[in-house]
Amino acid sequence: MKLRLRHTKLGKIRFTSHRDTARHWERAVRKAQVPLAYSAGFTPRPRMSFGLALPTGAESLAEYLDMELAPEAGPDIDLADLAVRFSAELPVGYEVTHVVARDADSVPSLQEDVVACTWVLTLEGVEAHELRDTIERTLAVPSLMVDRERKGQRSTDDVRPAILDLSVAPSTDDPRPHLCAMLATNGRGLRPVELLAAMFPALDPVDTAARVLRTQQWIERDGLRREIIPAVPFATRTPVECA
Amino acid sequence: MYTAGNMTSLWARVEPLLARVQKPARYIGCEDGAITPRHAPGKVSWLLAYPDTYEIGLPNQGLQILNEILNERDDAVAERTYAPWHDLEALMRERNVPLFSVDTHRAAGDFDLLAFSLAAELVYTNVINMIDLAGVAVRSAHRETTDPLIVLGGHCAFNPEPLADYVDLVVLGEGEEVIGDITEVVREWKASGQTPGSRDGVLRELSKIPGVYAPAMYDVEYDGPALRAVTPKYADVPAVVHKRTVADLGEWPYPKSPLAPLTEVVHDRLAVEVFRGCTRGCRFCQAGMITRPVRERPADQVRTMIQNGLRRTGYDEVSLTSLSTADFSGIEQVTQAINPAGCGTSDTISISLPSLRVDAFTVGLAGQVAGGRRSGLTFAPEAGSWRLRQVINKLITEEDLYGAVESAFSQGWYRAKLYFLTGLPTETDADTLGIIDLARNCVQIGRKHTNRASVTVSLGGFVPKPHTPFQWFGQNTNDELRRKVQLVREASGRAKGVNVKWHDPSATLAEGIAARGDRRIGAVMERVWRAGGIFQEWSEFFRLGRWEDAMAAEGLSIEWYVHRHRDEHEVLPWDHLSAGLHKDFLWLDWKEALAEHGLPDCRWTPCYDCGVCTGYGIEHIVASPVPPAGGSQGTGQDLSRGGEIPVALLPRRREHTSEPATDRAVVPVVVPASDSEGVS
Repeated sequence: MKLRLRHTKLGKIRFTSHRDTARHWERAVRKAQVPLAYSAGFTPRPRMSFGLALPTGAESLAEYLDMELAPEAGPDIDLADLAVRFSAELPVGYEVTHVVARDADSVPSLQEDVVACTWVLTLEGVEAHELRDTIERTLAVPSLMVDRERKGQRSTDDVRPAILDLSVAPSTDDPRPHLCAMLATNGRGLRPVELLAAMFPALDPVDTAARVLRTQQWIERDGLRREIIPAVPFATRTPVECA
Repeated sequence: MYTAGNMTSLWARVEPLLARVQKPARYIGCEDGAITPRHAPGKVSWLLAYPDTYEIGLPNQGLQILNEILNERDDAVAERTYAPWHDLEALMRERNVPLFSVDTHRAAGDFDLLAFSLAAELVYTNVINMIDLAGVAVRSAHRETTDPLIVLGGHCAFNPEPLADYVDLVVLGEGEEVIGDITEVVREWKASGQTPGSRDGVLRELSKIPGVYAPAMYDVEYDGPALRAVTPKYADVPAVVHKRTVADLGEWPYPKSPLAPLTEVVHDRLAVEVFRGCTRGCRFCQAGMITRPVRERPADQVRTMIQNGLRRTGYDEVSLTSLSTADFSGIEQVTQAINPAGCGTSDTISISLPSLRVDAFTVGLAGQVAGGRRSGLTFAPEAGSWRLRQVINKLITEEDLYGAVESAFSQGWYRAKLYFLTGLPTETDADTLGIIDLARNCVQIGRKHTNRASVTVSLGGFVPKPHTPFQWFGQNTNDELRRKVQLVREASGRAKGVNVKWHDPSATLAEGIAARGDRRIGAVMERVWRAGGIFQEWSEFFRLGRWEDAMAAEGLSIEWYVHRHRDEHEVLPWDHLSAGLHKDFLWLDWKEALAEHGLPDCRWTPCYDCGVCTGYGIEHIVASPVPPAGGSQGTGQDLSRGGEIPVALLPRRREHTSEPATDRAVVPVVVPASDSEGVS
């Protein structure tokens, strides 16, 4: 059976990399003793594939992966129970919020399917009005050139097309302003820290991005954007630090 | 949301720095299996430090074992720390963030003890750096009463003199028991209020614990460049400190909660220690000399530890660790129990056997357990000729090596790596060039099986180590080592399929300065550190010039410390520290080496009284009375005598005393050789 899972990555573990996350999953699956299908070949690997990489240091409410269970898992496996078992075996900060069965071959891979992500950025050193003005200005310009480095290559790109939406996120108990940004992932995409560099060229983007949280990943169906697995309201386990 | 459980956590100050450094997961803790430390007033708090990066330090078993044992005690609590990488250190210094623990991000200076595990000499400057980062005076004489006690342990602790002025305590040997003894003394000291001036008193008290050396309690006298004596300042401080040894490994099934890190580390698999000690008697090998006798873990305990460890960590690979794992009596029992069905299925556990012996049997074993991954296999013949291998007592015949290589290539491996030392005593150019002859022959054997067959020769410069028969030998100069490396490289150019890698001889020289240094070398380490020389075992940060300048500035001669042969009567800087080996045994073995005589493994032959078992009243614990099948590394021993050799199967419990016991009342349990034991 093929499954698609949605999970969080919150707290200290945000400092682990995308590759690390894959390793956390491999070990958690073995610890949970959930039989996975394995690839054929000389060094069989469990059949798991991961969605868009989350930058090291960023948190998320919407991470995805696909996996395929071995036939011995049976067709009647309890998916809600699987979510609980995986959450229990993953490091603190991960919570599996959804497990759904996925049609055998009809769905494209996560990497191909996702067109945009929504981020909530908690900003340090920026006033709320300053943020509102900058959002307005940024959305008004036809193009926005940014110098950036990707894999050691410097380039100057127009990132305005990748900015699909900007708004002020409703404030929580954190008094710092929150920027909500929907950024395209196709093409070269735009990273949250690159967005901040473009919006606030006078500030250090790393210091400015006090918290980077991915809240949604979007796919397109029939011309409409929707979440890969829509978040139904659920009580997130408050991320508890491990120590 | 980001509270970390106690008032003194530095997390809020560390967290913003982590967005700016490489591999921030090094600093967050949170590993699977990590213990939540329970701090409380009155408890003795230990910060266990590995003076290298997290990736290298995290898998260290010693640190994991001690961390568990301490946290199990009611009167102690322990956390871990590792050397922060350059990028984080720069930010820490800029923003005044001290060295912190990775478990709860407490300041290192808040702990009662800061204990370093030392596996190699080139990390000494990292130790000084970490003490400084902790906000503690680097020289022990300048410390405040309530500063953490700085402790050293690990193999390098057997000559801690280069760091003697920078640490408060040194622990010789195995830590399982002695950390409890130290905890109790420090607990009493804390209870007494740690009054000003009481630091010296507690050091003196601690120096009475067997295995504990407090350098400040000793006077050092010199006679020009020579050392005259290291003597205790007080009558109740022992003249000679003896190592601690756990009699029965079966009583210490640690780590029970092995750590599975959140980010990639060097040995990213479960490790289960199958035995300690090694009596192969390789004369260059400090580990084999200082960890005697051999103590095997019961095979069923090994199996249980593997099962529990795999279940807890989710790893699919286990490494059975020891100094020579194929020598473990229960090796086949254990490997067969792990994968009874054989290999090929998806849930197969792969087993790695580090420190392979060189023979066909061993390779056969490796073949049974390796699972699908068969790229390269590593052997360590160490020297290029049989003559020189007798000198160093690494008794591998060419037949052993070729048998092993044949076995490897025929079973699907296509790369072999051969480790060699150069700069060994009595070495001639013929010995050195013999390395390439061996490698070329190995390639030829491999080409019968696969065209891809290749052999990599890895060449390291030999550093004579304390407490070994070679401790008197003058290390080859940098130029001489370079010349030998060049010889090997040139010869390899004419040998198809042979590649050569070598260790930088300049680093070998620096290692030589530290390995047999006395207390005067401490100032050299400090100078190297002040000049920015940290992470010296990382070639990109090593510069020999810093070391040469520091030696010159202190008026010390590299020739004297490194390249000079010592004579029998010279006072060595570690003569007041004992691994149990009689100095006259080592001297005799040195003479035997020069006479090109090999010495058999005493596990299966009569005792030749190196001093360890007799002195400490401990015994080999070896389940099999005969050497493992496949021959004893081609020693040419008369293996048919195996059944007559007395082997004590049961440990004899005895209180450890600082004075070695002189009486020896062992009733050996003689086990008849079983007919079915394969002796080929």
